[in-house]
Amino acid sequence: MAVMNMIEAINSGLETMMQRDENVVIMGEDVGYFGGVFRATAGLQEKFGKTRCFDTPISECGIIGAAVGMCAYGLRPVPEIQFADYIYPGMDQLISEAARLRYRSAGEFTAPMTVRSPVGGGIFGGQTHSQSPEAMFTHVSGLKTVIPSTPYDAKGLLIASIEDNDPVLFLEPKRIYNGPFTGYYDNPVLPWSKFAEAEVPEGHYTVPLGKANIVREGDAVTVLAYGTMVHVAKAVVEEHGINAEVIDLRTLVPLDVETIEESVRKTGRCLIVHEATRTSGFGAELSALVQERCFYHLEAPIERVTGFDTPYPHSLEWAYFPGPVRIGEALEKIVGDLKS
Amino acid sequence: MANKEPKSNLPPLTLHIPEPKFRPGDTVDYSDLEIPEAGAQARPDIHSAPKDMQAMVYDMIRVLDDDDKAVGPWDPKLDDETLLKMLRTMVQLRTFDDRLHRQQRQGKTSFYMKSTGEEATSVAAAMALHGDDMCFPSYRQQGILFVRGYPMVEMVNQIFSNKADKLKGRQLPIMYSSRELNFFTVSGNLTTQYPQAVGWAMASASKGDSRIAAVWCGEGSTAEGDFHAAMTFAAVYNAPVIMNVVNNQWAISSFSGFAGAERTTFAARGAGYGIAALRVDGNDPLAVYAATSWAAERARTNQGPTLIEHFTYRAEAHSTSDDPSAYRSAQEREEWPLGDPIMRLNKHLIKRGVWSIEQQEQLDADCLEAVKAAVTEAAKNGILGHGLHQPFETMFQDVFEEMPWHLREQAAQANKEREIKWPS
Repeated sequence: MAVMNMIEAINSGLETMMQRDENVVIMGEDVGYFGGVFRATAGLQEKFGKTRCFDTPISECGIIGAAVGMCAYGLRPVPEIQFADYIYPGMDQLISEAARLRYRSAGEFTAPMTVRSPVGGGIFGGQTHSQSPEAMFTHVSGLKTVIPSTPYDAKGLLIASIEDNDPVLFLEPKRIYNGPFTGYYDNPVLPWSKFAEAEVPEGHYTVPLGKANIVREGDAVTVLAYGTMVHVAKAVVEEHGINAEVIDLRTLVPLDVETIEESVRKTGRCLIVHEATRTSGFGAELSALVQERCFYHLEAPIERVTGFDTPYPHSLEWAYFPGPVRIGEALEKIVGDLKS
Repeated sequence: MANKEPKSNLPPLTLHIPEPKFRPGDTVDYSDLEIPEAGAQARPDIHSAPKDMQAMVYDMIRVLDDDDKAVGPWDPKLDDETLLKMLRTMVQLRTFDDRLHRQQRQGKTSFYMKSTGEEATSVAAAMALHGDDMCFPSYRQQGILFVRGYPMVEMVNQIFSNKADKLKGRQLPIMYSSRELNFFTVSGNLTTQYPQAVGWAMASASKGDSRIAAVWCGEGSTAEGDFHAAMTFAAVYNAPVIMNVVNNQWAISSFSGFAGAERTTFAARGAGYGIAALRVDGNDPLAVYAATSWAAERARTNQGPTLIEHFTYRAEAHSTSDDPSAYRSAQEREEWPLGDPIMRLNKHLIKRGVWSIEQQEQLDADCLEAVKAAVTEAAKNGILGHGLHQPFETMFQDVFEEMPWHLREQAAQANKEREIKWPS
């Protein structure tokens, strides 16, 4: 075991897979010599050579399109899109090509690629470095969407994604690259090294796609979250002294609906938290699923806490962010009758 | 809102909307189209730097002259057998297109796209490649499959979307796929195959392989961002890829001017990227073969990518869904100054003394019989809309390698609906 922050864990996952499978190649803007703007690919070009880890032109369409062709050849590319906010020029290649290749060719061609990209705000990135566009991708058939919340999960889920024979969008919450974030932006950030989740095995291991993680057991209310919001939700629950069950979904597609159902049947209440905008967000899907499957167990309306339906602002970042106040209000509303 | 401020004495700005020279009913006059003399184009050494051969992008490589002879440095000097194979393949392709188009008109399938008039741009090009070179076609390169010996009955099964369709009835007719023959699955989204072909070629080069990639798109879809991303990547990584632009003058009802043809050639796009580029008489099968061979040799020897513009004419509709008499003059096809690729090769072979009108008639008849037999055979497996050809589960297969719970639930629902609609 080693102690790693999330960037180091991702780097270790990439290195592990490059070592094990010579068909794994990394490509993206600034990922080569420099090692990536967030350092996720640091040292990999030096170790594995320029044809295994290389810089690309600033063209997300070209990056993902070339990766599709590399898959057709037999490689297992891991392209990086520098920020999820930049992924849109590559959407056609991801949605119409990579995600549908297996289906349209009846299995003759597949796209076993893992597109890595940092998501989310909380770093004063403004509207073009803060978005959480995951719901656009969960809407696509044939694409898996993964969002880790700890160094241990990041490496294990990344290895599972690279080994998966379908295209995976691997979204990395950049706010928690260096340490978990509780939503109290004025407090100093504690590094990952202070937490057990930073204990990461050096070699190969996987965290399976499609398995959620119950990060806090409880019986008062089920809180569904992923990425950065897992840590925020957990902190708020504890602050309010509510015995909530907090579930880290880890992967949105495929979704671990069993764990969700089991928990909501037990608690009878459900709060959904995500940083992304509200309308047609993934919370809407979760809310519908819980309603369809657990309606007769529900004792209160399902609540959603999300980012607002505006672009991510710069100076008003913390007014936008679904932090402790917004989550706390929703929690009190949903469990209010338990307290009275 | 127009600016109300007083202006200088400049005339007002005007927006240019391109307009083709001829519309329905117009008399067609191609006299201002520059058609260089066959055989007059120099053939650069394959090691030439792109900047030293830029004149090629405004010229046009032509081999077959007005006397049906092969002339000049680009004559690939093919033997009779190869030329006869080229002719037979193009005739079989055209016969197939005609016959399957008719099947669509008879209601046996939903859609068809012919390659009439453009046969050389796929057939002669594919013949100049190795069988294991990877092809990334657009939707009008079925000629590659004919060159590589794909069974016609498989094609018709796909067109009829029947129970023997290897693509399980999922794809629009003619959007074939054959991994075995190194023919990439055809997309309906335009030019997406361009960066993919470059990526494949990059992979081949990075593995020290000897295979190269070839990709096709129409002149209209060179306007897509994918084309330019692919050109950039091909140039940056010196990828072993041949990028074909089939300039057939029309993108459905939009003439080539809407892709920029009023200002320059499509081959000239290569110059800006530092990519070797050739402009070829696309209705001259020998010129297409020669240009492809040149580009292939270049790619195979680490000289990098080549862009080839095939100057041709889409002799028929874009697809079964449009009627060209509504947007262009019927005379365009009749007056097309570069003739027809099959007729030109036919005349050349007759000139060589290895072919005759009688043999051509026999070939036409044989090809028709072969297509009819394939259609009859395939129809035994069903035609579109008559009966349920694929089990319902196949709709949910291959979305992922393993079916997740939500698709299993939806598959169960589809099966339940089937039982309600068609009680056993």
